[in-house]
Amino acid sequence: MLSRLRRIGQYSLVVLATLGRAGHIWWQAVWRKPQLRNLPLVIKQIYQLGVLSVVIIVMSGFSIGAVLALQGYNQLVKYGSESALGLGVALVLVMEIGPVVSALLFAGRAGSSVTAEIGLMKATEQLSSMEMMGVDPIQRIIAPRLWAGFIVMPILALMFSIVGIWGASLVGVDWLGVHEGAFWSAMQDGVDFKSHIMKGIVKSIVFGIVVTWIAVFQGYDTIPTSEGIANATTRTVVYSSVSVLILDFFLTLVMFSF
Amino acid sequence: MRASISGAWVLAFGWGPKKKNMTDYQIILEQVVFRRGQRRILDKISIVIPRGKIVAIMGPSGTGKTTLLRLIGGQLRPESGSVRVSGHEIPELSRTQLFNVRKTMGMMFQSGALFSDLSVFENVAFPLRIHTNLPDDMIRDLVLVKLQSVGLRGASQLFPSELSGGMSRRVALARAIALDPEIIMYDEPFAGLDPIAMGVIVDLIKTLNRVYRTTSIIVSHDIPETASIADIIYVISDGKVIGAGSPKELFEQDSPRVHQFIKGLPDGPVPFHYPAADYEEELMRDQDADSWS
Repeated sequence: MLSRLRRIGQYSLVVLATLGRAGHIWWQAVWRKPQLRNLPLVIKQIYQLGVLSVVIIVMSGFSIGAVLALQGYNQLVKYGSESALGLGVALVLVMEIGPVVSALLFAGRAGSSVTAEIGLMKATEQLSSMEMMGVDPIQRIIAPRLWAGFIVMPILALMFSIVGIWGASLVGVDWLGVHEGAFWSAMQDGVDFKSHIMKGIVKSIVFGIVVTWIAVFQGYDTIPTSEGIANATTRTVVYSSVSVLILDFFLTLVMFSF
Repeated sequence: MRASISGAWVLAFGWGPKKKNMTDYQIILEQVVFRRGQRRILDKISIVIPRGKIVAIMGPSGTGKTTLLRLIGGQLRPESGSVRVSGHEIPELSRTQLFNVRKTMGMMFQSGALFSDLSVFENVAFPLRIHTNLPDDMIRDLVLVKLQSVGLRGASQLFPSELSGGMSRRVALARAIALDPEIIMYDEPFAGLDPIAMGVIVDLIKTLNRVYRTTSIIVSHDIPETASIADIIYVISDGKVIGAGSPKELFEQDSPRVHQFIKGLPDGPVPFHYPAADYEEELMRDQDADSWS
């Protein structure tokens, strides 16, 4: 019993120390005056994390939109409500599936690559050499990736939802024969920018912050060996995915309260 | 801190007749203790490095030579003791102050530690672009001069993945001297170099020291090359200084530990083996009893 308590205590201390280190990195990277000369680095990271993720986001968004339309139509047509297909798909995509699935995809594609890149820089002493040159790696390496993650995540989530709605319209309107006017007008009437789209954007911003923070911290804090980097990359994807799903529940809970 | 200090080996051994002013020393390590886990890597070690001299830190593998460089650069903090560089107490500096002090230092890493996403040219240009406002054409000229000095001007457009280990280290040296720092630290600068490149690097370290009065600290195992250029050599073992002095003085020392290292003898007072349990006892031990088996 006593040894179990001791193990719990030791584990709690390790978790607290890790959170402390992660918070310290966040503090040093984000709560400092942004340096204008680092702007090109942020733009480069927006390309690396955002632009290079577009293909997977578009393909996944299209597939999920198309599947939602197919499944939704089969249920709605039973009640003669297929005209609500556009509204249903749009609300589900904009508020839930868009932010959540794009964050999961972002963690898998961009988050893992950020962790592996920073981890490898640590293992090959590139971060140490930068420090010895009087260049702060947190400002030079970590901060641009964090800012890029914050910026690209909501854009990717919106892109996911837009392409998903387009996929749904192709399946619902062009293939299954839902009336085009009903499909789009129901969506136009039912989807409100402030009540629905903004909530999705807020969610995706929070997911972007969490996923990028986990990714850069896991890379920076990795044990500088090949096994250490592999474990850190795995942790990034697992922790990010779990965090996104748990946070989604609480964010939805909070948003429905208002 | 004392107002004056004796020669290089005073702090190491606590004796010595020579008197020198504190400002003559660029780096002073006093009673430094550094621990990794339970193991004491440096055990109350004291070293002084005079301004404008070439000082070599030598000793068997795993005795804390690179750790010493990292303590001087502020990448590690000692458990106790003082690390003073150019008048700054390194462990007490804030992060910003530390980065400012590091602008006066250059370090050549054992692995090269080149930025893998930048070409050789951009690697050498990196500190110039960050810390100066020089125009691009002047940076270009400076980088080419530095690369020419290490014989790699022709490799300026290659990427680190296209370089051999020795070439990487030469580029790392060009990058370390890009800002003409006051202090240059070399971590195993001669390892893996062919004889020609080794000769060039030895000459380059000597020239930098002579022309710019750079304080150079060399961590190396290569006794002949290091002894040919060093003004002072410290030999460390088991976290302590076991010998110090000019190369000539060191070669003439009677100390069996220094003698063993200088001559490269396997048997002697300097342990070759990492601390371990009795060999025979460990071999005979029941494997099932071992927690790691």
